[in-house]
Amino acid sequence: MTEATPILPVEDDDEAVTGRSGIEIRNLYKIFGPEPERYIAAVKAGLTKTDLNRKHGHVLGLTDISLSIPPGRITVIMGLSGSGKSTLIRHINGLIAPTTGEVIHDGADVCRMTPAELRDFRRHKTAMVFQKFALLPHRTVLENTCYGLDIQGVPRRDSEPVARHWIVRVGLKGYEGSYPSQLSGGMQQRVGLARALANDADILLMDEAFSALDPLIRLDMQAILLELQSELHKTIVFITHDLDEALRLGDRIAILRDGRLEQVGTGQDIVLRPANDYIAAFVREVNRARVIRAATVARPVAAGEELPQFSVPGTEVLETVARHMTTAGVNHARVLGRQGQLRGTIAISDVLTAMVTPATAPAGPLAKG
Amino acid sequence: MASDCWSLPETLCRFPAMEAKTLRLMRKTIDDGFRDIVRSWADTIDAATVPLQMFLNALERAFAGSPWVLVLAVLLAAVWATSRSWKIVLGTAIALCLIGWVGLWQDTMVTLAMVSFCTVVAVIIGLPIGIAAARSDRLQRIVSPVLDVMQTLPSFVYLIPVVVIFGIGKVPGMIAVVIYAVPPMIRLTNLGIRLVDREVTEAAEAFGSSARQKLWNVQLPLALPTIMTGVNQTIMMSLSMVVVASMVGVGGLGKNVLQAINNQFFTVGFLNGFALVAIAIVFDRSSQAFGLRLQKHREAGHD
Ligand SMILES: Nc1ncnc2c1ncn2[C@@H]1O[C@H](COP(=O)(O)OP(=O)(O)O)[C@@H](O)[C@H]1O
Ligand SMILES: [Mg+2]
Repeated sequence: MTEATPILPVEDDDEAVTGRSGIEIRNLYKIFGPEPERYIAAVKAGLTKTDLNRKHGHVLGLTDISLSIPPGRITVIMGLSGSGKSTLIRHINGLIAPTTGEVIHDGADVCRMTPAELRDFRRHKTAMVFQKFALLPHRTVLENTCYGLDIQGVPRRDSEPVARHWIVRVGLKGYEGSYPSQLSGGMQQRVGLARALANDADILLMDEAFSALDPLIRLDMQAILLELQSELHKTIVFITHDLDEALRLGDRIAILRDGRLEQVGTGQDIVLRPANDYIAAFVREVNRARVIRAATVARPVAAGEELPQFSVPGTEVLETVARHMTTAGVNHARVLGRQGQLRGTIAISDVLTAMVTPATAPAGPLAKG
Repeated sequence: MASDCWSLPETLCRFPAMEAKTLRLMRKTIDDGFRDIVRSWADTIDAATVPLQMFLNALERAFAGSPWVLVLAVLLAAVWATSRSWKIVLGTAIALCLIGWVGLWQDTMVTLAMVSFCTVVAVIIGLPIGIAAARSDRLQRIVSPVLDVMQTLPSFVYLIPVVVIFGIGKVPGMIAVVIYAVPPMIRLTNLGIRLVDREVTEAAEAFGSSARQKLWNVQLPLALPTIMTGVNQTIMMSLSMVVVASMVGVGGLGKNVLQAINNQFFTVGFLNGFALVAIAIVFDRSSQAFGLRLQKHREAGHD
């Protein structure tokens, strides 16, 4: 048996997408106020957000953020309102300059770019989707979608076919001539998405892009985003304050609290191994059956063990696995890897245990993680 | 007198003004100095005003000297182009015909020429200043008190230096009108741009707009309704100021009103006054209809 080695983690053959640069955020500090430089040393030495605000009237936006954002993946930044999510994402395209720290993409520090370089970087390397859509009310859907290309100086003759393509891809065919005010929120955000995609930029920044939408529309938009991403493989930074959305979309999730990173990891990491009580409290109510994957719960195969007939993919979440196994009426199944190789076996009782075990009491196969 | 002073010492009772001699000297120095400066620049000032004077004369001739049918047709076409409303065009036609019928056609055209030109100048001056003020908080802090002074200072007061510098005639009149009419243009341009949804300007930046692209694609179009309110107010201020400007030699309806006041010509005064009101209404309705037409698609633009 080749699969005697530990089984975790499942989904991160990250380097499959190689040859592209992600984003490296290093030791980022941001202090808001008239004289941020004056207090940076004190903040680095441990001055708290509350004290900085009360004694010196400055706001501590971000504290020592180091985060590496892999290319071709969705990285979710999650945190409550005021935790610094918008501030962080705006450092990536230089809308906000840090007090100290670096944001490296393709070997260049975004924070050190000249205004002209920064404009060029924004035009060709990044696109952004906004919480309240930020469409131009006096432009039609088509003209709004052309917007990024207009700014690059692409003539309408060339930009229009591109815009039309993306309008169709986000499901707005037939609305090219409508004005934003004639569309529902969900449709307006589709325009926002089409506008960002038409830019053909590698990095897609989404600041609470779906937070203003109704729950059902939001699920729709998440599905559209995942579907597009499965073929586009953009480097997406997605911000949300909603854990379910984070778990659904994020290949990796970074949790911010009061301007600090509390934990970075896959959805499973965060649900199964919360770094501290704050995150444990955060993930307590999560539907674990929709987060934990079969390979995580699988037991290594003992030598000479008889293998069950039924098999499930290791990437499947427990909810689906349970449904498959009960429908097939089996109690045991083989767990297969991406290439169909054997990764272990799973029992229905393991599935149920994993679904209900609280994160703070590791037991059974989970302990091995 | 000591009796009015509740037995207070004199200095605490009557305000100790500077001596009459000092005041006279000060006045004389400033006035003479100012006059000398103006005199030494006379050639330059003339060189600047003469072409303007000629242009204003030509414009006045074009309005007042052309056959009335032609002027009426052009005016109605202009009203239609801005308002796209038959009602406003019809109202304008009736108002202008009535004005012509009571014999005020020529004077009305002179006033119209002046007001149109002053409005154009005020917009050309006000728009860039408003844009600059919207971009820089520092400039805004300088500009707004200046505008406050321009708007509160009685217009008769700043007519004095204008007359000293430029003498009597159309040019000083125009300058006085523009000074009076430009503040709302600056203020509302500044306000309109500052009120543009921050997320939308941020989007412009995030897509890599230059400052100029941001201005033309986002700030001006989104601020346009507010800017149009500024244009509307500028027109109204010009109209009210042409009456005052008639004191320094601007012709037209204002001059008639002035004469009517001096001679107590009740009927003439009111006829001219109503003609001014009629023009004001035409300008107001057309520019407002234009502003509304610009906003057709934006009701739900921001929430
Ligand atoms: N321009 C600013 N000036 C001062 N404080 C700011 C500014 N922008 C953000 N902040 C502060 O930084 C913190 C993080 O804000 P933000 O990044 O908008 O949070 P989030 O997007 O997570 O809700 C908040 O405390 C906010 O008040
Ligand atoms: Mg935010």
